[in-house]
Amino acid sequence: MLRTLNPGSTLRRFASYIGKRFGWYLLTLVFALVLNFYLPRLVPGDPISQIVSQIATGGVESETMQRLYDTYVEEFGLDKSLPAQFLSYVGMLFRGNLGTSFSQYPKPVTRILADALPWSFALQLPALVVGWIVGNVLGAVAAYRKRVFDHVLFPLSLFLNSIPHYALGILLLYFLAVALDLFPVAGGYDQALTVSFSARFIGSAAYHYVLPFASIVLVTVGGQAIGMREMSIYELNSDYVLYCRSLGLGSGKIIRYVFKNAVLPQITGFATSLGMVVGGSLVTEIVFSYPGIGQVLFTAIRQSDYPLIQGCTLLITLAVLGANFLMDISYGLIDPRIRAAEVEEAAT
Amino acid sequence: MIDLLKRVWTSPKARSGCVVFACVLAFGLLGPLCLEAEPTDMVGELYEPPSATRWLGTDNFGRDIFTQLAHGTRTSLQVGLLAGLIATLIGTAMGSVAGYKGGLLDAVLNSVTNLFLVIPPFVVLILLSISLRTRSVAVLAVIIGVTSWPWVSRSVRAQVYSLKTRRHVDIARISGFGTFAIIVREILPYILSYIVMAFVLQVASGILTEATLSMLRLGPYNAVSLGTMMSWALMFEAVRAHAWWAFIPPVLLIAVITFSLKYINSGMDEVFNPRLRRT
Repeated sequence: MLRTLNPGSTLRRFASYIGKRFGWYLLTLVFALVLNFYLPRLVPGDPISQIVSQIATGGVESETMQRLYDTYVEEFGLDKSLPAQFLSYVGMLFRGNLGTSFSQYPKPVTRILADALPWSFALQLPALVVGWIVGNVLGAVAAYRKRVFDHVLFPLSLFLNSIPHYALGILLLYFLAVALDLFPVAGGYDQALTVSFSARFIGSAAYHYVLPFASIVLVTVGGQAIGMREMSIYELNSDYVLYCRSLGLGSGKIIRYVFKNAVLPQITGFATSLGMVVGGSLVTEIVFSYPGIGQVLFTAIRQSDYPLIQGCTLLITLAVLGANFLMDISYGLIDPRIRAAEVEEAAT
Repeated sequence: MIDLLKRVWTSPKARSGCVVFACVLAFGLLGPLCLEAEPTDMVGELYEPPSATRWLGTDNFGRDIFTQLAHGTRTSLQVGLLAGLIATLIGTAMGSVAGYKGGLLDAVLNSVTNLFLVIPPFVVLILLSISLRTRSVAVLAVIIGVTSWPWVSRSVRAQVYSLKTRRHVDIARISGFGTFAIIVREILPYILSYIVMAFVLQVASGILTEATLSMLRLGPYNAVSLGTMMSWALMFEAVRAHAWWAFIPPVLLIAVITFSLKYINSGMDEVFNPRLRRT
């Protein structure tokens, strides 16, 4: 049922919507923190003595070993009870302390992550956004232009979406970088240059950017195009489209209506699937030895660097939760049905 | 069930998808039986190109790629099918109980589902994998299955919710049947096509997830999979050494398996979802 709303109460309802969502995400975050804290503690044996002997390879005095050991016991709070350990873990998080890396001792985890994050952010975000936009436009076109586009685009999109990001990356790397020698084979920039804002460095970074970017974009385009095609077919079969047609409205106008209605679920769908997508797209960095979070995670896993692994997983979780929360807010702004649902909830 | 399969067979998409998947399945099942060598046998030199005796050449340890491919396909299918089965069972149970019961139970189950939908399964899988004592094929399939059910649960719940006010369900309720009997006899048969479709997609995503974990070197420790083959090829610079036979076959095979499954799913969608048919 539709009710007339005065602007003040609309705003209040929107605020209550955001408040509720925020509370829910906070709960999810606490749960994610518990997982992130607890699971690595199930590792069998005494990882710390293993790690210490690994860091201190080659004739280190036992005094140094003991000091290293004590540092980590204190950092993990292993001498305390599990709930107390969790509280000190959360306390450390709030102070921006994610512990000390095992493999790059004594570098703090936050430093390593801070170095890698800009690379991942600059690669993943634009690639996913561009892939989303291109995919949705293509999907809408495929739904509208039945024959030619649909029969070529649909199987092609499905095939692209069946290859994981990193596998497509391997193919692009081999054909374009190794066989044809058009692009660099590894890294985020020319190793002879230092990281700076010079034209040469930016040019080199852009050159190294092309292939990893293309791998993520192409796979995303495939998935989005399929989803959008289905959504658009649903809309094209609906009564209002038939009505518009019978009124003699131009196809340009109809396709705009259809696009608007079909694209909304695609936005939330994308936000929700981000948790799945992010795995494949981060692993793409490994293929290209791209200096981002995916590469850091890979090295950390190889060297059993638990603090660094936990730092990576926490960062990925935060990014996905944050993106979902932002999407929820903007969705509440765009789609009046969300606010209407809130009104109905308040009325019952 | 037979009726369902007959209707699926009417879709050309589902039909061709099934044929391709059956071929891959045959390769994964019969290949390891027909080939005498083990995938770990070192039979030749480093990166030998394809030849008459070694159809797809050798890898960095001189192991036969074709043999590995057959065993790898089997492993990937095992993980995918088992993980898909687990995810579909958990998701169907959670979704149907939540959708049918409603109320507080629904609210609780739905929150749990949404919780696991937002926390990246990738992250949970990494945390689980690094803390496990062993990572056999079965263990890997189980952990992939138990982290990927929320999608199934959500769509099953929506379907059950729209079905539970049907008259035949009411009659069963009045006749005194219990919740379990009503769900199994009066509701699930009507959404069987959705459950099968969800299962098909879960198998595909299980195979991809295993490959992703293997790329992070968290794959099965006791078997070759398509993912571990890609990971080894990358680690030992097959790409930069122009040894295309070491990585193109597993990449293509993974794409073909998931493509065939998604094609089946899309064909089924057109059969069971009249709104998707073009007018």
